Amino acid sequence: MNAAFLVFFVVGTIAVASSILVVAMRNPVHSALFLLLTFLCVAILFVVKDAEFVAAVQVLVYAGGIMVLFLFVVMLINVRHLPDDRTLSRFWKGGVGVGLAIFLLLATVVRTGTYHDQNPNKKLLRSTASHRVRKVTNPDGSVTRKRVVRHRTVGNSEAVGMALYQDYLVPFEVASLFLLVAMIGAIVIGKRELSAPEEETSPDFILKRMETEKDVKEAMSA
Amino acid sequence: MTWNDVVFLLPEIIISIGASLLLLAPVVGWRQRETSAKWSMLILLGITALTVIGCSYWVQEIPQSRSLAGMFALDGFAIFFKLIFITAIAMITLLSDDFLRESRYSVWEYYSLLGFALCGMMFMVSGMSLISIYIGLELMSLSSYILAGFFKNEEKSTEAAMKYFVLGAVSSGILLYGISLIYGVCGSLNLLDIGRALSTIITNDALMFGVMLLGAGLCFKMAAVPFHVWTPDVYEGAPTPITAFLSTASKAAAFSIFARIFYLALHDFQLDWSNVLATISALSMVLGNLAAITQDNVKRMLAYSSIAHAGYALLGIISLNSLGLRGVLIYSLVYVFANLGIWATVLMLRRHEYGGERVDDFEGLSRRAPFWAFAMVIFLLSLGGIPPTAGFIGKYFLFAAAIQAGFGWLAILAVLMSAVSMFYYLRLVVAMYLREGREADVAITRPLQIVAATCLIITLLLGIYPTPLINQATESSRWIGARAAIIPHAGR
Repeated sequence: MNAAFLVFFVVGTIAVASSILVVAMRNPVHSALFLLLTFLCVAILFVVKDAEFVAAVQVLVYAGGIMVLFLFVVMLINVRHLPDDRTLSRFWKGGVGVGLAIFLLLATVVRTGTYHDQNPNKKLLRSTASHRVRKVTNPDGSVTRKRVVRHRTVGNSEAVGMALYQDYLVPFEVASLFLLVAMIGAIVIGKRELSAPEEETSPDFILKRMETEKDVKEAMSA
Repeated sequence: MTWNDVVFLLPEIIISIGASLLLLAPVVGWRQRETSAKWSMLILLGITALTVIGCSYWVQEIPQSRSLAGMFALDGFAIFFKLIFITAIAMITLLSDDFLRESRYSVWEYYSLLGFALCGMMFMVSGMSLISIYIGLELMSLSSYILAGFFKNEEKSTEAAMKYFVLGAVSSGILLYGISLIYGVCGSLNLLDIGRALSTIITNDALMFGVMLLGAGLCFKMAAVPFHVWTPDVYEGAPTPITAFLSTASKAAAFSIFARIFYLALHDFQLDWSNVLATISALSMVLGNLAAITQDNVKRMLAYSSIAHAGYALLGIISLNSLGLRGVLIYSLVYVFANLGIWATVLMLRRHEYGGERVDDFEGLSRRAPFWAFAMVIFLLSLGGIPPTAGFIGKYFLFAAAIQAGFGWLAILAVLMSAVSMFYYLRLVVAMYLREGREADVAITRPLQIVAATCLIITLLLGIYPTPLINQATESSRWIGARAAIIPHAGR
């Protein structure tokens, strides 16, 4: 048993355990913190697999950005505790069954599958070819230019960057459109309805809105 | 990116810039101008359509430069579908016009989201790599989630959007997982490379599982049984023009990528998936048609009928021959226009919030609007696949393809189920012609008339004289057909 396996075993166990706790906790803040733990464990697993860049992104984007958003929402709507009535409990047996079945399927099928390149050549994976022009003096005294190709081993993030901005440039750009649509959607759903200004300032409208907001708050913190 | 790449992606670039510009219109004080929103959208679609046609003469089928290498193809198949999508979105714009005017929601965002959905569909239909197909699919799906919940003060609309979003997100995850397994086995995301890799791999459990997950994700997007549960609720709850969008353009997009992936990448793997898909197809046809019989709500009825139609379209994919590929093209076109015509007629009946949604609302339509009642009959016959209409041609190709590929039992089942479907389509006809209607008015506006009339002309004309359509489909499917190594008219 080597060190990498040991790390994988320990960190993997923590990751699975904390992800179960994410859904099991009644207090949303605790759930969020366990989610953070899961993200960090997964980041360590990425490092074990030599994917430092993905690990860094995992920490920056998920543990950093997304978690802060989660905590923001949890604290903004002020949910201390989830209601105690277990409304979903009659589904849990089916859920566990399906989950176990998929797990077994994955464990038997995916693990034993034949993959394209089982022993990837790390050097090749991380190398990019660069070339420069060098002046060469020929035996007869003339000077010509010669292209020299150099294979250079590059870091993980450089390889990802190369792939992202050269080979996958267009899908990457479309992903930005995707984010734009997500933003439009958030605004469309989040903004108040388009109503005439005079109506919005009428006392009835304001009262009604306050009532709705109170109801929502009560329902959330119940 | 070279200039050639820019030309290659010009339609997508134009529609995405245009859709972003539509968002800016309220900023310059055009918020209340619904008519200009509609016209801007139509002009944008017109320009995009012209660019698509222009590009088809200009560029090679797969660009060679590195940034696009193997990501996109502008083959006849893609162009055929892109033009269907653009026309369908233009018609949905017309359908939305009055619907939005009555509501107080902002029209500009609505049209902008439709534009982005179109952009996603156009990307995915020319996608030659699983990653570009996926990202286009997601762009389309995300826009449709928002559009389904656009009328956020209506409980049904919000519920529909929520269900659609949660289930759609899960199915996207499944799809991605399948893609990652296929990538792991084949070492490439490019459809042609996958096809090449698969011809050397004999059998592989991980690959099977990957294809299964990919198929499940795609079946969700095209609403085939057993991944159909979201359809009736979402179709019922979404604003009617958006239901029209989901049941036509969005569905045709799912057909197109299903066909592209299975014809180009997985053709050597057919023995393994064709029986699974045949079962899914049979279940969709049976369940969709039988469930539709009991529906009193027209939107739900059409939702179940659209599940059945997904089953028919699958016939063309299972059969994996040139008839089947042409069948998918022809059927998508025929299905989209018959359905859009029906939605236009449903919207004509809209007198109040949910008017035109129940079968009773159609009672006596033949006296209130004889011409449009007749048009509705033609559309329904086309969906049922009765000869003088275009629907017959589509179904003929699909059923013939299934028989040629040795799926005779499936073709017989499909014919039987088409007969069952006529039962509930005729229920609407009976309501329109034989029942006494309440003396309520209908809202037949100009845009609805234009849509219904165009669909009527397409449905009738292509039904009576289908040769141009068949020739076009043959021409359009040639590139994929050559790569999928389909030998025309050869049984299995």
